[in-house]
Amino acid sequence: MNSKLLSNIARFIILVFLQVLILNNINFLGYINPYLYVLFLLLYPFAGNQSLFLFLSFLLGLSVDIFEDSGGINAAACLVAAFVRPNLLRFSFGISYDHQNIRLAATPFGSKLSYVFLMVLIHHFVLFSLEMFSFSHILLVLKKTLFSSIFTVIVILLSLTLFSKKYR
Amino acid sequence: MQQIFNFLIRNKNSILFLILFVVSVFLTIQNHAFHKSRFVSSANFVTGGVYSWSSNINTYLHLDEYNERLLEENNKLRNIISNINDSISIEKQLDSTSFEGDYLFRTARVINNNFTKVDNYLTLNRGEKSGIEQEYGVITSQGIVGIVDRVNDNYSRVISILNSRSRINAQLNKSNHFGSLVWNGKDPNIVQLIDVPRQAPLQKGDTIITGGRSLIFPKGLPIGSIQDFTLDQTQSYYTINIKLFNDMTNIGYVYVIENVNKEEVEKLQEPNEQ
Repeated sequence: MNSKLLSNIARFIILVFLQVLILNNINFLGYINPYLYVLFLLLYPFAGNQSLFLFLSFLLGLSVDIFEDSGGINAAACLVAAFVRPNLLRFSFGISYDHQNIRLAATPFGSKLSYVFLMVLIHHFVLFSLEMFSFSHILLVLKKTLFSSIFTVIVILLSLTLFSKKYR
Repeated sequence: MQQIFNFLIRNKNSILFLILFVVSVFLTIQNHAFHKSRFVSSANFVTGGVYSWSSNINTYLHLDEYNERLLEENNKLRNIISNINDSISIEKQLDSTSFEGDYLFRTARVINNNFTKVDNYLTLNRGEKSGIEQEYGVITSQGIVGIVDRVNDNYSRVISILNSRSRINAQLNKSNHFGSLVWNGKDPNIVQLIDVPRQAPLQKGDTIITGGRSLIFPKGLPIGSIQDFTLDQTQSYYTINIKLFNDMTNIGYVYVIENVNKEEVEKLQEPNEQ
């Protein structure tokens, strides 16, 4: 339990720094950035305390916001994604998830992909809607959401494969 | 009473979610209001420190380019100096230790630069201790960058011209028709000049300069050249797309401009209280 706590704290800090120092400067094709820090929301223990999880995801988004000067858009996006996570878990992995302590690396690829993709899509949609803050730019919001989501999902799946220990 | 507590405990996650969501939306809205973003900004001790550390490393990679830019600027200034006949005035300027002009320039380094969002900011490695204050203009040798909006001891935050809330007075080089410089959030190399009257003589490639009607930028700094222009819906004002001279995606060192006479002019423009 203790090592799990430490690894989550380390992941939090590393992801924030990775995001603001490197990934926010990629700007592929002018505006597409991967938002890898969503990985923290994906990997947080499934059986963990939900209230603490909401608070931590708010903190995670806010730290990125402070670096990016973007008000509270990342915080709001993380919060929404964290709030809907139990429903998405149930949708992607079936009801089994709250009984067994399943590991993300050991799940079938299809359900893993749907879980990651839906989380990222929801996070990005809230993020970009709040960034634009106007209904007249809804097409631009959708375009940014789609392309950034694809990029983010690819980067997340790659890093999941790279850093998963004892793949069984 | 018991039921209320039960209700609160049962829905504690939803309530926590709602509270935090309202807080973050509040921060977002506050950030959209010019000059009011008080709580969250990158011009603070921690983020400023991290950014200046990372930019220390990054600057080494661009040293060649910065040298070239300096060389170019020196060359331009040398051309101007050697063509001035009145050499006495230059010598006087070089000798004097006191400053007599209208505008005071300071140098600073950009330690963080955004250009992909709709509202972009830059962070500079100089703050109040170096004499920088709110509403000072920020330029490079090639064009304008933005306006300082928050300052603390060692760092300051600049509202980039690539920000939906930035409005800067600009005009044509060949006539005195002026408009407001805004950005539509799409291309970081193209900004828009709006509210230019229909009778203004426009041509592709014409230069746009700062207008000097605000107290922030001196008149005549180059901004960019006209790419194309259209009349707006009322058919009486032009909207002009301007290609910027400086590359907003690649800014290393900047000049911060202080208008020395600002307070005096503002006092004059103040409406009479009585």
